[in-house]
Amino acid sequence: MAQIELDHIDRIFRLGDSEVHALRDVTLRIEAGEYVSVMGPSGSGKSTLLNLLGLLDRPNAGAYRLEGRDVTTLSPDEQATVRSARIGFVFQSFHLVPRLSAAENIGLPLVLAGVPAAERAPRVTRALEDFGLEGRAHHRPDELSGGQRQRVAIARATIMRPAMLLADEPTGNLDRATGHEVTALLEALNAAGTTLIVVTHDPAMGERARRRILMEDGAIRQDLRAAAAAPESPGSGSTAPPP
Amino acid sequence: MTPADTLRFATRAATAWPLRTALMMLAMSIGVAAVVVLTALGDGARRYVVNEFSALGASLLIVLPGRTETGGVNAGSFVSSTPRELTNADAAALLRLPLVQRVAPLAVGNSEIAVGGRLREATVVGTSTDFLELRGLEIGQGSFLPREDFNRASAVAVIGDALRSELFPGQSAVGRMIRVGDTRLRVIGVLAPSGRGLGMTTDELVLVPVATAQAMFDTSGLFRIFVEARGREALPGAQRQVEERLRARRDGELDFTVITQDAVLGTFDRILGALTLGVAGIAAISLAVAGILVMNVMLVAVTQRTAEIGLLKALGARAGTIRAAFLAEAALLSVAGALTGFALGHAGAWGVRLAFPELPAWPPDWAVVAALATALGTGVLFGVLPARRAARLDAVQALSKR
Ligand SMILES: Nc1ncnc2c1ncn2[C@@H]1O[C@H](COP(=O)(O)OP(=O)(O)OP(=O)(O)O)[C@@H](O)[C@H]1O
Ligand SMILES: [Mg+2]
Repeated sequence: MAQIELDHIDRIFRLGDSEVHALRDVTLRIEAGEYVSVMGPSGSGKSTLLNLLGLLDRPNAGAYRLEGRDVTTLSPDEQATVRSARIGFVFQSFHLVPRLSAAENIGLPLVLAGVPAAERAPRVTRALEDFGLEGRAHHRPDELSGGQRQRVAIARATIMRPAMLLADEPTGNLDRATGHEVTALLEALNAAGTTLIVVTHDPAMGERARRRILMEDGAIRQDLRAAAAAPESPGSGSTAPPP
Repeated sequence: MTPADTLRFATRAATAWPLRTALMMLAMSIGVAAVVVLTALGDGARRYVVNEFSALGASLLIVLPGRTETGGVNAGSFVSSTPRELTNADAAALLRLPLVQRVAPLAVGNSEIAVGGRLREATVVGTSTDFLELRGLEIGQGSFLPREDFNRASAVAVIGDALRSELFPGQSAVGRMIRVGDTRLRVIGVLAPSGRGLGMTTDELVLVPVATAQAMFDTSGLFRIFVEARGREALPGAQRQVEERLRARRDGELDFTVITQDAVLGTFDRILGALTLGVAGIAAISLAVAGILVMNVMLVAVTQRTAEIGLLKALGARAGTIRAAFLAEAALLSVAGALTGFALGHAGAWGVRLAFPELPAWPPDWAVVAALATALGTGVLFGVLPARRAARLDAVQALSKR
């Protein structure tokens, strides 16, 4: 049993009379711990696929089983519980709450899940250390650099120890060096066992994944599995900073 | 999310936009303060009038010449048309009734008072010994009017304290002679300062035997007769006896009116109570307006924070959690505004009491409770719609908003 099982998924947006097939008959299996990149031209349905995997959106047809459980028929509140416990999101535009400090942003999923404050504090402190943000705990997002903001966002996405991490162009708003830094962080999390699915326009980043999915017009055009240890190959041209 | 965290989250959101929050609180606090101050004024006026009348005693009957509708006070109660006069003999007859304890006939007029070179206009009240007890007055120096026949025109007077200090500055007044109109009178007593503010102050009165006043003003009729029953329980019986006796004395004709203190008081109480309620109602409208303002502010907040709401959903927030967070924020704004208004209102009432010391301008408890409850209620009620809108937002679309 794969961690993620999509069968004949259709997602159709209706705009007035016209219909947009954002996803057509997508069937996909992703095992726990996989590192998958999703690439493709703009409008090919990458984000739609990711939202669906993250239970933020429902398909018009098809079945989605997450860890063996049919999740498309769950109530909104049950889906929220699954999101809270199993899924972490990383966005291109960070999506930090501007009035909250770095520590508070990181602790937000714990707060929403009703974890008591006493239990939250050590976990947030750990996360701040893990992501090199010790000195930034009380800084607000507008007092942080882009790379620091995305690190806060990743710390927040992983604080609940989710089974899978969904990243939609996580390096899209970052310069090259900072992008590498963030990529390395995500890969380190994947190495520790978290399933990592990254949507990207950057071929260099897409190449690093062991499995590369190419989308076109709402359908999966290509599904490549690279030889093992591809990210570590020195010939990739990019020099990842030490994690 | 735990209730404490919901509250903390809402507080952070409310304080993140200080100007918005301050304006919101101002609107709500003006509403609450208006209710508090206006009801304090209204209820203060009511209490003032009630106190003023209570000073006359709870077992008091007032006999007026002329017939007016019984059971309450209307315009006619204050306009005395006199078909047949009430006389000293009537008053004396009432004093013999078993349920009557005290009787004070009243003849009132204005006259000039002269002492040496000093001249002054004053109100002259012709009455009897019982007037002192009836009105709860106290004598400062000398003695009050002697107990004697109502028809005896003794040449004595008791004056108010303000008159004494004006006519006899720095001297004792008792034993001195004054001229009231054309009559020379000996001052036998001075009233203690009354200390009361508005209304019927006794500090500037000249009290003389009723027959003396009647001679002075060339009349044989009385303005009023004050009758005190033997206790509060005896009041209805005393009223019946007074009516029967007077009726018998005037060939069965009912051309006089007996009213009770309670009737007068009850009427004033009702009128001023209704006034307070009306004023409170008008002030409450501003609370409703403030409630609509809360709704508006919260709707703007939902629009402003659409992306944040999308994020919360992505992070696993249930619809109920988001609804609670926004509702808590609306409630918080209302509570803060209501408490500020409560403080402002009490400050305002304090100011009123400072400006008018004789007015007991305390807001009634019911008004304070109602104002706070209405503020909270409207805040939460008008917060429901924005909160539900926030909870219903589509996560994907909300996230794509900037
Ligand atoms: N809420 C929506 N309503 C209508 N159409 C939508 C909606 N969301 C997406 N679409 C359409 O679905 C298609 C796929 O969109 P999607 O955002 O998944 O593309 P993408 O591959 O992520 O593109 P990009 O690389 O530009 O982010 C597009 O044609 C888009 O216009
Ligand atoms: Mg996209």
